[in-house]
Amino acid sequence: MSLLSVRDLSVKFAMRDHSVTALKGIDFDLAKGERLGIVGESGAGKSITGFALMNLLSRPGFIDQGKILFQGKDIVHMSDAEMRTIRGNRMAMIFQDPMVTLNPVLTIGQQMVETLKAHRKLSKSDAEQIAIMKLRQVYIPSPEERLNQYPHELSGGMRQRIVIAIALLLDPELIIADEPTTALDVTIQADIMELLLELCQSSKVGLILITHDLGVVSQMTDRTLVMYAGKIIESGRTSEIINDPQHPYTQGLINALPQQTEPGRRLKQIPGNMPSLTGIPDGCAFSPRCEFATDQCRITPPEIVQYEHVAVACHEVNRLHHVTSKGLDK
Amino acid sequence: MLAYLVKRVFQAIGVMLVISLIGFAIQDNLGDPLRELVGQSVTEEVREELRDQLGLNDSFVKQYSRFLGNALQGDLGTSYFFKEPALDVILKKLPATLELVFGATLIIVGLSVPLGVYTAIKPNTILSRIIMGVSIVGISIPVFLTAILMIYVFAVGYGWFPSFGRGDVVHVFGYWDTNFASVDGWMHIILPSLALASIMLPLFIRLIRAEMMEVLQSEYVKYAKAKGIHPSRIYFVHALKNTLLPVITVGGVQIGTMVAYTILTETVFQWPGMGFMFLEAVNRVDTPLIVAYLIVVGFIFVVTNTIVDLIYGLVNPTVNLARMGA
Amino acid sequence: MSNFSTNVEASRFSRMWNSNMGYSFRRNPVAVVSLCIFAAIALMAIFAPLIAPFDPYDLSQIDIMNSEYPPVWIDGADKQFLFGTDDQGRDLWSTILYGTRLSLLIGLCAVTLQAFLGISIGLISGYVGGRLDSLLMRMADIQLSFSTLMVAIIFLAVTQAMFGSETFNQYAIYFLIAVIGVSEWPQYARTVRATVLAEKKKEYVDSARVLGFGPMRIMVRHILPNSLSPIFVISTVQVANAIISEASLSFLGLGMPPSQPSLGSLISSGFDYIFSGSWWITAIPGVILVVLVLVINLLGDWMRDVLNPKLYKG
Repeated sequence: MSLLSVRDLSVKFAMRDHSVTALKGIDFDLAKGERLGIVGESGAGKSITGFALMNLLSRPGFIDQGKILFQGKDIVHMSDAEMRTIRGNRMAMIFQDPMVTLNPVLTIGQQMVETLKAHRKLSKSDAEQIAIMKLRQVYIPSPEERLNQYPHELSGGMRQRIVIAIALLLDPELIIADEPTTALDVTIQADIMELLLELCQSSKVGLILITHDLGVVSQMTDRTLVMYAGKIIESGRTSEIINDPQHPYTQGLINALPQQTEPGRRLKQIPGNMPSLTGIPDGCAFSPRCEFATDQCRITPPEIVQYEHVAVACHEVNRLHHVTSKGLDK
Repeated sequence: MLAYLVKRVFQAIGVMLVISLIGFAIQDNLGDPLRELVGQSVTEEVREELRDQLGLNDSFVKQYSRFLGNALQGDLGTSYFFKEPALDVILKKLPATLELVFGATLIIVGLSVPLGVYTAIKPNTILSRIIMGVSIVGISIPVFLTAILMIYVFAVGYGWFPSFGRGDVVHVFGYWDTNFASVDGWMHIILPSLALASIMLPLFIRLIRAEMMEVLQSEYVKYAKAKGIHPSRIYFVHALKNTLLPVITVGGVQIGTMVAYTILTETVFQWPGMGFMFLEAVNRVDTPLIVAYLIVVGFIFVVTNTIVDLIYGLVNPTVNLARMGA
Repeated sequence: MSNFSTNVEASRFSRMWNSNMGYSFRRNPVAVVSLCIFAAIALMAIFAPLIAPFDPYDLSQIDIMNSEYPPVWIDGADKQFLFGTDDQGRDLWSTILYGTRLSLLIGLCAVTLQAFLGISIGLISGYVGGRLDSLLMRMADIQLSFSTLMVAIIFLAVTQAMFGSETFNQYAIYFLIAVIGVSEWPQYARTVRATVLAEKKKEYVDSARVLGFGPMRIMVRHILPNSLSPIFVISTVQVANAIISEASLSFLGLGMPPSQPSLGSLISSGFDYIFSGSWWITAIPGVILVVLVLVINLLGDWMRDVLNPKLYKG
C-alpha cells in the first residue's frame, strides 16, 4: 500500500458569487520513503497542493472533491481533532520563508516542546532532550542555548534548519517542503537541500518537494510531477522527465535552464505567461503559448496518457516526440 | 537596557520641563496675584513695592527658575480660593479620580480581551455581529451623553443606583479614601466607571479584534496549525501574545485620554475628583490651581507613557532595549 | 465643449459606480443607508437658514415665556414648536439645525487643518529624512502621547480665563477649530511619511528626479496620490472624533456659548433641566449628535474594509 494516494483532487476558491477552480483532477501516489518533486511556475497550484495535502487550505480555498488517502485513511473528511493527530506528527510541513514561519514571541524551545507535547505525553525536560537531539541532527551548534533564544536572534539559514528539526521531531512518515530555500541566501540554499536529502534518506521519510527549480528536483527526487494552471501535465521518474520530457511545456522548462544554453546565447524562454485562474482558456491550458498547438488543442482538454515512460497530457505527443528530439539534436 | 531607561527618563524630564514652562507662562499671564493678595484699594507705590518683594519684577529666567525650584519641592503655589497649597488641594482630589480610572480600567481590561478575541475567532456568529454593532454605536456616543443616559435610566428611572457623589468612603491613609470598601461606595462608583469605560471599551474590542484577525492570517499561525497544535493554544498563546503587543502601546495613550474623560464623567456625576475641581478652578480663575492641575496631569501622562514604553520593551522579545538606547 | 465635459463626468461616474468600491457600496445596505442619512443631515445643516422656522440667533424672535414647551406629540405642547423649546424659549428644531451646522462646520474645518498640517509634515519628514525626520517623528510621538481632549480642555480653559468669557465666546469657533486641528496632525503625518518612504524606493520617483522634476512636484504629483486611500479612511474617523471632541468641550462650557449653541452646548444647557422633566432639550440634540457620528463611523468602517489601506501603527 502506498503511503499517500491522491485521487481526482479538486480545489476551488469561493469568490463573490461563484467559485474558481485552482486544482483539477490531481492524481498521484507516493510510496513509503519515496521522494516526489512538484514543479511548475508560480501560480500553477503547487503550494495549494501542498496545503491541501495537510487539509490546511485557508478560506476562501476549499477541497471541492476527491480523496487524499494517507496510510489508507481519507483525510478530506477527517474531523479537526483527527486531523490534528496527523499534522506535525505523521505528516510535517516545511514552510517557504523561515523569517515569518516561527512565532516571534515564543522561544525556539517553547515552539519545539509544544509540538512534542501536542502529540505525546512527555515531561518538559524529556521533550527538551528530544529537541536538543533533533537540533544536533540538523547541525545546529550548541543546541542547548538555542532553546532559550527567540527566532529573531538567529539567521535565516539557522531558522530553516530549526524548522526542519521541528519537522523531524516526531519522526513523521512524510514531509511536505514548500519551496524551502527560495527565501534564503543563494549560498546556503544548497546546504539546506543537502541536509534535507540526507535526513530523508537516513530515516526513510517520504518527501514532497515543491519547487520551481528543475535542477533541485533532479538532485533530490525519485519522481516528478509537472503542474500547469492547476493540473498535472506530466509525471514520471525524475530521470525520464529530465532527460526525455514529452510535454512541450516541460521541454520548454528544461530548455530554459541555463545549463541547456551555450554561454553567450540568450536563454530559451517560453513565450507568454501562465493564465490566471479566472482566465484559463478552453482546451489545453498551455495551447496559447505552445508552438505545436492545433485546433483540437484549443477545443478539447487533453487526457493524461502513458507515453514511453511517462504520463503526459498532450494531444500532439506522438507527432511531437520526433520533431523535438530532432530539434534538440541540432 | 540601562541606556534605554536613561534615554527614556531624559525624554520624560524634557517633556516635563516644557510642561512646567507652559505652566509658568500661564501663571505669569493669567490673573494678578497682587489683587488676590491685597485687593484694589492700595496705592500704586505700595503695589510696586510689593511687586519687588514678590519678585514679580525679576527677569523671566530668574522667575522661571524660582518657579521650577519651588515646583521641585512640591510648592506649586497657593490656591486663591481654598487658601491652601495648590498641590495639597489636588492630592486630596486625586484618589477619587484614580479610583474612577481604576474602576473603568477593570471593566475595559476584563471585557475587551475576551470579547475582542471572541469576535476575531468567530467573526460570523450572531453574537459577534451584535458585539461589533453595539461597539460601533458605543464609540459614537460621547462619554457625557452615556453618563447622562445612565443617570436618567438607572438612577432617576429605576432608582437602582445613586446619581451623584462618592457616597460612603472608607479612609485608608493620608488623603486616600476608598470607594471599594463599602457597599454604598461600590454602588456609587459603578455608574461613573461604566460611563468612563463606555467609549474606551468598544475602542479596545475593535482594536483587539483587528489585531487578532491580522495575526490569525500570519504564517506562524498557519505553521502552528501545521504542527498539530490545539486551537486553544494557537489562539491564546500564539496569537494573543502577538495581538497584545500593539494593544499595550495604544493602551498607554488611552490611560491618559481617560484622565481627560474623567473631567466629563466627574462633571455629570458631580464626582469630587480633580477633574471636577479643575473646572471649578477655571470658573474662579484660580490660577495656581489651574497650573498645578496642568503639571500634575502632565506628570501622570509622562509617567504612564514611560512605564508603558518600558513594559513594551520588556514584553516584546524582538525589541532590543540595549540597541534602542544607543 | 460642454457636451464633451459632461461626457467625461458621466463616464467617471459610471466608472466609479462599476468599480470595486461602487460594487461593494451597492451590496452593503449599511453603507447606503449611512450615506443617505449623512447626506440628509448635511443638507439640513447647509440649508438651515432656509429650513428653520425661527432664527435662534435673533433675540427679537425669542420669548422667554415660551421656554420649555415639550415636543408636539406630548400634551401641553405649542404647535408652532415641532420639537418644543429650550430653556430660553428658543425653538428647539431651529436651534438644532443651526447647532448641527456649527458642529459639522467645526468638525470638517478642524480635520482639514489636521490633514493639511499632517500631510505637509509627513511629506517633508519622509522626503527629507535624516535628523529633521527623526525630530519631527519624535514630536509626533510626544504629541500623540497626550490626549487631544486633555490638551484642548486645558488650552481652552486657560484661554477662557485669560480673555474672559465675552471675548472667548466671540471667537470660540476659531479656538475650537485651532485646538482640535492642531493636536491630531501626527495621525496623518505618520501614515503619509510611511507611504513616502515606501514610494521613495520605487523606480518612478528616481526617474522623475533624473528627469529633473523638483521635490515639490514629485511629492504632489507622484507620492501624494498613493497615500490617498489611507488619508480618506483616517479623515472619516477624524471627522467623527472631532465632532465628539467639539461636543464634549462645549458640554464642559469650554466651547460654543449657549447664545450660539452647537449640539454639545445645547445638550449641556438641557442637562440642567433633565431632572425637572424637560428631557427633550438634552435628548433630541443628543440623538442627532449620536446618529451623525454613528453614520460617519459606519461609512469609515465600510471604507476601511473596501480600501484596506496600510495604516501606520505605533
